[in-house]
Amino acid sequence: MKTNLKFKIIDIIYIVMMALPIAFSIVLKVLTNPPSEGISISGAKIFLEIPMPLQNFIISESQINSAMVLITIFFFCLYMTHGLSDKIELKRQHFAELIVEKVDGLIKENMGDYFSGYAPFIIAIMALSAFSSLLSLFALYPPTSDINIVGGWAILVFALITYYKLKGGLLNYLKGFTEPIFVMLPLNILGEVATPVSLAFRHYGNVLSGSVIAVLISAALGGVSSMVLSWLPGTLASFPLFQVGIPAVLSIYFDVFSGCMQAFIFAMLTMLNISGGFDMEAFEKRRLKKAQKALKNK
Amino acid sequence: MEIAIGIILGCCAVGAGLCMGIGAIGPGIGEGHAVANACEAIGRQPESKGAVTSTMIMGCAISETTGIYSLVIAILLIFVAPSTFINILVNAIK
Repeated sequence: MKTNLKFKIIDIIYIVMMALPIAFSIVLKVLTNPPSEGISISGAKIFLEIPMPLQNFIISESQINSAMVLITIFFFCLYMTHGLSDKIELKRQHFAELIVEKVDGLIKENMGDYFSGYAPFIIAIMALSAFSSLLSLFALYPPTSDINIVGGWAILVFALITYYKLKGGLLNYLKGFTEPIFVMLPLNILGEVATPVSLAFRHYGNVLSGSVIAVLISAALGGVSSMVLSWLPGTLASFPLFQVGIPAVLSIYFDVFSGCMQAFIFAMLTMLNISGGFDMEAFEKRRLKKAQKALKNK
Repeated sequence: MEIAIGIILGCCAVGAGLCMGIGAIGPGIGEGHAVANACEAIGRQPESKGAVTSTMIMGCAISETTGIYSLVIAILLIFVAPSTFINILVNAIK
């Protein structure tokens, strides 16, 4: 049996390491943000600015939060895979196997067998995006509502798409721009650039609009409660009657549902774009030609 | 000077409102069509509910993109544009 003392101590270390980064982010936010009155919608706080030749190198709240999310996910994965065995001894192994099977099935369904090695990448993007959006449940600044973070992911995905398009040959890639007729060239280039832009803006806009609406609604509810209770004496007049609980219900949609939805959509579009840009026929032809050339040279 | 700055701020607010309002029409109609047709498909073939629902949500998210673009422009108009325009005005008067 594996559940001896050493095993349990390692488990506890993993759980503590999962919670520590989020606690660090909360402490950082409490220390740097003075309590403010009224509504305020602001971007990520900039902690550090290092002068660089072209542009200042900035370390902002969203970067630190996303790094903390990375650490949390890392230890979460270690915790889930701790104590795997052929005979299932722990409950968490069922959950881990469920995730792996679901993602493998999703990849096979949407990308085909050639891309079956893509499951780790896709689940990494999905988990990073979902956990980043869910960070707003801890009243932290969600990194996904910063265009710089999501834009970085979109550029990564765009590089992958272009790599798989180039696998069919450079000439084939360039020829794809002039289809169906040559006049479509500028439109095709525009469409190529629009892919990462729309990926980034969709994710960023959805998360940001959720937080903006949450702030507006809580401000409006504050106004309503001060209007209703204004006849009461003393501190009772400033009691936030309607601000208790009602914004939390909206947060289930805007933070939990919308965040997970956008993570799924980002991963889904990544899969579809990568497998859609890959021309299997041209790739096979090119591979055959290369093999024949190698044979001739021998 | 004050009047000019006031006009700039007012126009930015009006522009943001118009941008969001008009920009939300298209995605609204598009998502309505998507959901209506998905309901029809589920009514015709109740056993395909899962596949239709997931495809519909994907389609809704994609057709939402144009609405998100107008949201981004509205946010830029409210938070970024006024200070930029006022800076341009001040530099021009100098």
